[in-house]
Amino acid sequence: MTSTHPLRRFAARVTGQAIVLFARAITAVHADWRGVGPSPRQRVYFANHVSNADMPMIWSVLPHHMRLQTRPVAAADYWLKSKLRAFAGGDVFRAVLIDRRPDQRTDDPMAAINQALSDGDSLIIFPEGLRNQTAEPLLPFKSGLYNMAKAHPGVELVPTWIANLNSVMPKGEVIPLPLMCKVIFGEPVALAADEERAAFLSRAAAALLALKPEERA
Amino acid sequence: MSPILRDIFLLGLCVGLVLLALTIIGERMRARFPKPDPAVEVFMTRIDSWWAMVVLFTLTMLAGRWAMVLLFAVASFAALREFYTYSSRTRADHLSLALAFYLILPAQFLFVFFDIQRLFAVFIPVYIFLLLPFVSVLRGSTERFLSRVSETQWGLMIAVYCLSHIPALMWLELPGYDGRGMLLIAFLVLVVQTGDLVDFYMGRRSGWRRIVPDLSPKTWGGAIWGIVAAAVLGLALFWITPFGPLAAAAMAALASASGQVGNLVLRAIKRDRGLRDWSHLIPGQGGFLDQLDSVIFAAPAFFHLTRLWWLAT
Repeated sequence: MTSTHPLRRFAARVTGQAIVLFARAITAVHADWRGVGPSPRQRVYFANHVSNADMPMIWSVLPHHMRLQTRPVAAADYWLKSKLRAFAGGDVFRAVLIDRRPDQRTDDPMAAINQALSDGDSLIIFPEGLRNQTAEPLLPFKSGLYNMAKAHPGVELVPTWIANLNSVMPKGEVIPLPLMCKVIFGEPVALAADEERAAFLSRAAAALLALKPEERA
Repeated sequence: MSPILRDIFLLGLCVGLVLLALTIIGERMRARFPKPDPAVEVFMTRIDSWWAMVVLFTLTMLAGRWAMVLLFAVASFAALREFYTYSSRTRADHLSLALAFYLILPAQFLFVFFDIQRLFAVFIPVYIFLLLPFVSVLRGSTERFLSRVSETQWGLMIAVYCLSHIPALMWLELPGYDGRGMLLIAFLVLVVQTGDLVDFYMGRRSGWRRIVPDLSPKTWGGAIWGIVAAAVLGLALFWITPFGPLAAAAMAALASASGQVGNLVLRAIKRDRGLRDWSHLIPGQGGFLDQLDSVIFAAPAFFHLTRLWWLAT
């Protein structure tokens, strides 16, 4: 990361705290460390994606010292659209920005991710690729998770389910509802010795889906 | 020092001493066991939460009317959020629920603050009752319509309407009782919570018949002990109320009885939704609704009876 102005760094810290406070005040979001503890190991948190608030939600429930070493992987076209977004993405969340448009990109998106993992950072990723706006609870995973597992076998891959956020702000609604949300961290999934890409990805997706709380009619 | 201030301090001192005694008992139990005992730890977490609540409540009483209304408005918001998180709803209810949180709830507590008694009494049970289903029906979805609108209304009745009767006790300006409504709130909360507590620790003893065997370990014996304990505490605290000693005891017993009813009813709702607690927000106690269920049910009865008493004297 390039060095930034101290004032900008300070503004980023204040904004970060404000986001955490806001998320807690509205949704009382809390972490359910079901399969792993909140320990500062290097991890990739892979989560379901229904709303733009998903990433700030996971980020908010991480203990402060873990938040400092955890970076979300996010779409460059979204986070570089305006100065404000660039500040939020770059300075507040310190996102690893990747270009998700295969026809326009010049560099390999895995390169930035590999670099961040080699630097020892933990990551937050959404392996469905896009926000899930279907009735399905989870879309098929893209290969990124497999590539990370293969290149960085020491990193824990933690399934992370964000519950209820979809009712807080369904697509097309303007006002968020203050309903309680929960971020559930499951047991890490490891790549087996000779596991195929597809088999691993569907196993990881199943591990994530297993965390979904039961919904009553 | 004004008499009200004196009574607030005196009451805070009494409750503080009781909590101190309980803390010492808990620490001695802790010291007796070599390993941390789960039951003792739960007890101690609860004591810690009570300390926080007593300090917060005392400061609120000292800060005045607006703080009391604000405190219960915040509690109401948290309780409504817990209720709606688990209620039946679809996307068609989005606007109704947003109105409930951002408009109806603040309005009800503004009625309390500005003493608008007529609207306070009919706003939610009549006007909102008729209006909110209309907002939901506009979206055109009739899927489980009756359950959805009923549960939305139920949430408002419990978490906003009934709960707002607690700060509304400040209205009851009984003769010679000017500005002491806050102490009446403290009285209600203390006797109801004490009744619950005694019921909880006495009611688990074997040999008593359960009231609703499949739902709750609450027994007839425990309930009666709870009501008696509330009455005794009510008698001991009659000096902060406008009532005489016997009337204070009777009011406390009645509040505790209706509180225990609320406890059972909300437990049935939790069971239906497969919940143990409504949330995790109050350490050792669960959520706001878990903590307040009995006071919510006791408040309207207590409010109306106190008003009757006032009309009669």
